[in-house]
Amino acid sequence: MRIENRRHHTWRTKIAAGVITVATLLSGAAHAGPTLDKIKERGTIKVGVGTSPGFFAPDSNGKWQGFFVEFGRALAITVFNDPDKVEFTSSSPQQRLPALQSGEFDILLSGVTQTVTRAFKLGFHFGPTIFYDGQGLLVNKSLGVTKGSELDGATIGVQSGTTGELNIADFFRKTGHKFTPVTIEDSNEFLKALESGRVDALTQDASDLALRRTLLAKPDDYVLLPERLSKEPLAPAIAAGDDRWLEIVNWTVYATIQAEEFGITKENVDTFLNSEDPAISRFLGTDPSLGQAIGLDPKFAYNIVKTLGNYGEIFDRTIGKGSPVGFERGYNQPWTQGGLLYSPPFR
Amino acid sequence: MNSSVDALATKMKWRQIWQNWLDGLFGTPLNTLITVFVVALLFWTVPSLFRWLFLNATWTGSAKDCALNTGACWAFIGAKLRFILFALYPPELDWRPSLVICLLALLLVITGTPKFWSRHLVYLWIGTVVLIWMLMAGTLVGPRVPTGRWGGLALTLLISVVGFACAFPLAVLLALARRSKMGGLRTLSILFIEIVRGVPMIAILYVAMLLVPMMLPLGFSPEALIRAQIGLTLFVAAYLAEVVRAGLQSVPHGQAEAASALGFGYWRIVRLIILPQALRAVIPALVNLAIGIVLNSTLVAVIGIFDLLNAAKNAANDPIWLGFYDESYIFVGLIYFTLCYSASRYSLWLEARLRASK
Repeated sequence: MRIENRRHHTWRTKIAAGVITVATLLSGAAHAGPTLDKIKERGTIKVGVGTSPGFFAPDSNGKWQGFFVEFGRALAITVFNDPDKVEFTSSSPQQRLPALQSGEFDILLSGVTQTVTRAFKLGFHFGPTIFYDGQGLLVNKSLGVTKGSELDGATIGVQSGTTGELNIADFFRKTGHKFTPVTIEDSNEFLKALESGRVDALTQDASDLALRRTLLAKPDDYVLLPERLSKEPLAPAIAAGDDRWLEIVNWTVYATIQAEEFGITKENVDTFLNSEDPAISRFLGTDPSLGQAIGLDPKFAYNIVKTLGNYGEIFDRTIGKGSPVGFERGYNQPWTQGGLLYSPPFR
Repeated sequence: MNSSVDALATKMKWRQIWQNWLDGLFGTPLNTLITVFVVALLFWTVPSLFRWLFLNATWTGSAKDCALNTGACWAFIGAKLRFILFALYPPELDWRPSLVICLLALLLVITGTPKFWSRHLVYLWIGTVVLIWMLMAGTLVGPRVPTGRWGGLALTLLISVVGFACAFPLAVLLALARRSKMGGLRTLSILFIEIVRGVPMIAILYVAMLLVPMMLPLGFSPEALIRAQIGLTLFVAAYLAEVVRAGLQSVPHGQAEAASALGFGYWRIVRLIILPQALRAVIPALVNLAIGIVLNSTLVAVIGIFDLLNAAKNAANDPIWLGFYDESYIFVGLIYFTLCYSASRYSLWLEARLRASK
């Protein structure tokens, strides 16, 4: 789970949990018609997002920007051929899953970790993972540590009630070392504990730690260890019961990934329109037979790339090297370059 | 002669004040210890705070300029002022929330002036509330703006004022029902008031957010802001009902009986005799509750609505201006303080005035 799932615990969580339990009991009656019909009737897609810099945050003009937000726009292009026919609503961790169940959102692009419980028990479908995250360790450089297993006897800050708490305990049990956990509720307090030397290290999703590191007074005194303690695949989530909507989500994401694999970018996409490669002309819709067969605008992939760019461009612009956030691509590169992004063929 | 006596008196008075201060600060060893401790604490904190707030602060420029300085980044507030005040509202229509803020301020000033107290105020309130809602939504002119894009200071003021306005008639009815001789009505009123008062506001918001859409048939569920507004209104109504009931109790029974003997019906007695006196008696408590509503309205942030506080938090989430949370919170803290402090000063002034007029 990302940080978004983790804040606001204790009494708030309990209240929300109570409401959610009732909500789940009532939810049987909630999904009557397919999501896609509702979207078409309404004319916009309702997307639940979170609030995390780089991933989803409004800019000074109040327009939503960020990595996940761009995929919401891509969906609007696939369905309506208009990147603005989408409404973003920020949603807190406690309410987002019930809100998806109740039909408040058509899709959650709020960095939900795909898990087996959420699939079977809560009844959600997940699209392709669009961001591979994992729990990391942010360590004071003066300790001279290069691996998590060298942190024997260390004091480690974790946010209370999170999967991070369980993951770090599992990790130390596995390596057979001892550590002292310091559970911290407040996210600002979290960084201060490291700066004041109250803890030797912090553990949290790596993307979140990387971001917080830049907020430290002396970022260069701290290092984010390359090791990952857990798997946190963040994927779009939709309510079960609308297979066509799920496929639209799938292939919208795949279109951005496939474009990067082909080397097609926002700038050069028009030069590919004359391509002799049948795979590319199917992909861009210059050969319309594929689009007609699947009942989508044959040019939907072209429109996405032309408007937003491919996966790599979206990544760089929002959270990558071209943004103040400055993440490394890591696993989030095409499989051809050693990453985990892999699109099934467009045929 | 007289002037020298006056001078002496003034001198004595000042000496007395000085003496009181000395006694208060250094009268006993414990007082001395506390004084020294507090002065040391101030000496230790105030200069560095002052340096951060003013001397080393960056007043203009970009986030990069701010990063070069050790002080506060007030340039951030400059860049984000629009966002904090209006949040997600379309920037080209900023005049609408600005006008709403002005109209609300005007409404509050008029309401607060005893000279204007009459039943016309009721019409003014209904008119203003309808007008600002339509203005924000764009029903009257220009493009419509869905409630999901309302935000910032405009939204905080709007939901507080609308919440108070809609809760008021409900609260009066609840208070009357609670004192009514009709058992069923009384029980219902007590049930509502006690249940709502026994539940935290955040739980009511979650219910409005999560349960209401499931209970209503698909497609009939109102927008999130409207549901939150209804939740807030019901919450306020329960507290307001108790305040109004306290006012009702302050009106002697004899008055209603006398009016009844003169042939007045129930509603005329309530409207002309009881309510004017009852409400006047509880004005300070009403102002107090109004402050509470403004502060409570920040809770709508947990259901994803961009009120003033949530806008401030999100302003510092923008990757271009990342992490200026302290400045953002200080700024909106000042806004909340101004709102609440002026309300509480007003309440004091009014109390003194009403006491004088009795």
